Amino acid sequence: MKLIDNKTKIKLFYEMLRIREIENTIASNYKFQKMRCPIHLSIGQEAIAVGVCQNLKKNNKIVTAHRSHAHYFAKGGDLNSMIAELHGKETGCAMGKGGSMHLIDIDNGVEAAVPIVGSTIPIGTGLAWANKLNNSNDVVVIFFGDGATEEGAFFESLDFASLHNLQILFVCENNFYSVYTGIEKRQNKNRKITKIARALGIGSYHGNGNLVENIYSKTKKIIEKIKKEKRPYLLEYETYRHLEHCGPNNDDHLNYRDKKIIKFWQQNCPLKTYEKKLRKENILNDKILNKMINKIKEEIKKSFDFAEKSSFPKKQLTFKHNYA
Amino acid sequence: MLKKTHNLFRNSIREAILRCMKDDKNVILMGLGTDDPKGIFGTTKDINKVFPKRVFDLPTAENGFTGFAIGLALAGKKPIITHQRVEFSLLSIDQIFNQAAKWNYMTAGKKNVSMVIRLIIGKGWGQGPQHSQSLEAIFAHIPGLKVVCPSNPYNAKGLLISSIEDKNPVIFFEHRWLHETFGKVPKKKYRVAIGKGKILKKGKDITLICYSLTVLECLRASKILRYYGIEPEILDLQSLRPLDKNLIIKSAKKTKKVLIVDNGWSFYGISSEIMSLIHENIKSKELRIERIGVLDTSIPSTRALAKHVYPNQILIIKKVGNLLKKKFKNLKKFDDNDFYSDQPYKNFLGPF
Repeated sequence: MKLIDNKTKIKLFYEMLRIREIENTIASNYKFQKMRCPIHLSIGQEAIAVGVCQNLKKNNKIVTAHRSHAHYFAKGGDLNSMIAELHGKETGCAMGKGGSMHLIDIDNGVEAAVPIVGSTIPIGTGLAWANKLNNSNDVVVIFFGDGATEEGAFFESLDFASLHNLQILFVCENNFYSVYTGIEKRQNKNRKITKIARALGIGSYHGNGNLVENIYSKTKKIIEKIKKEKRPYLLEYETYRHLEHCGPNNDDHLNYRDKKIIKFWQQNCPLKTYEKKLRKENILNDKILNKMINKIKEEIKKSFDFAEKSSFPKKQLTFKHNYA
Repeated sequence: MLKKTHNLFRNSIREAILRCMKDDKNVILMGLGTDDPKGIFGTTKDINKVFPKRVFDLPTAENGFTGFAIGLALAGKKPIITHQRVEFSLLSIDQIFNQAAKWNYMTAGKKNVSMVIRLIIGKGWGQGPQHSQSLEAIFAHIPGLKVVCPSNPYNAKGLLISSIEDKNPVIFFEHRWLHETFGKVPKKKYRVAIGKGKILKKGKDITLICYSLTVLECLRASKILRYYGIEPEILDLQSLRPLDKNLIIKSAKKTKKVLIVDNGWSFYGISSEIMSLIHENIKSKELRIERIGVLDTSIPSTRALAKHVYPNQILIIKKVGNLLKKKFKNLKKFDDNDFYSDQPYKNFLGPF
């Protein structure tokens, strides 16, 4: 595997840090009742979004699901229009009609995010099918969670992608929970997501989803493979959400997750561990880190000001856009 | 032998698809069996030979392939999906209701889903509970969808061309019993506007509001009614969403007597909506409205029971009699219900 240069390492770190800071700000401002829509924060799961998306170009399309903030930002989604969308303002990416669960930034390849579990998997497959019909070599990335692999849409899409040699990178972020229901209550322990892919003729790999460099390098290799072989591929990464399924808080007092396991994943926080690693390699120090944080905080502040100043959509917009 | 100016309903569907595929290379035809030897009751027969790269047989994965079609549409293609019966589309309701219908809205118009879903309604010859449902009302309930229901070869071709060219998801209902009907169909490309109904026969005594197969039943009933000296106005809705409210109100204002002949269950049905519409818009003591539709039950396979479920021309005439306070003598001689509830035409030997 090719070594990652320092510039890329800093970029990987910066992108994760930026997402974390944005998500933390959303969480801490949520109580002010200005962002009144359900939110599914990506805190703890940033490495997969960043590791994968750093390999993508602007025109590469991604589709994602309810926990989409990290994907949106990692793919270059506009910060102002996202924060405005959460505030329900007219300047939001969907003019306030979508909220946190329908982020979109066509110019930056964020084609779709929807909260119905597994529903964007076939839509992403259709985008890749169009690429094939148009003789395009672009790869489509489809992000989804472990719960989505229980949906028929998952199987139907993998079957078709395999049959028609579609250039799709399926990325499963396995955080072990579908809301409060653990994977052990939903899937037989011998049922492996990677094996399902292989049974449908699709190559697959399973790895630690909190190691951003590994994800970055692996994705780079796999995207080359997808383009060369003109075949889909599935990556499954294990990761963990730090906060509650929906909302800004920690919900571990509900005792649906094992305390020891929570602790394990907190210690393996993708951002903290990477910071430690980069400090050890003398790539990162307090000065650089503070500079980064200041820059990000400035940008976030501006986006919240932008949202605050923006107007709510006017009444006539309620009925607009039902039809093209 | 058909006259040169005439064509079968199923051929006019095929002609519309062929013509749109010829004119627009983005049009894609897909569905289980699209290119099979029978070609979806003849409606897609051999189109794969004309456009081999744009006709796709598919895995039996309705929800999946509806999503694939949405993806294609987002990338600028124009997919036409065909289901051999309405009921198979129920496996794809998430993609139709949650995704396709809302895409333009939830992206504030940044992206639209231009696609057609052809749904074939079954009836008779023992098709039973899961192959005979008329579920138009469910689809017509959803903002973001357009719903059209042709009743003859002319509006079938014109409405399908309009549907394929539309920027929105259009649900295109074809009644299986109409496939073998024939009528005048121009060879050229023409459009029947979505959202517009049509007065098929002008009349002064009563308005019969109908769509899809019930148009045929109303036309049959109309002949008998004229024999009894009654002149019904026949309003073919053609589209259920958008609904041609103005035309309905205009005709109802004129005749003041309305019978709605629903192609599906009238309970919570299309006829309920139209009744409300008329009542909300016409305040007249003379106004009288009734409706008739499929009765409130699952639809049995056996012809012995199925005949009790559907509306037919005799029931239509009896309802008209109630509304106009008239009795028709010797009506029995027109009663052909055993045949009409089970077979689309007398020499039909099945199966569908």
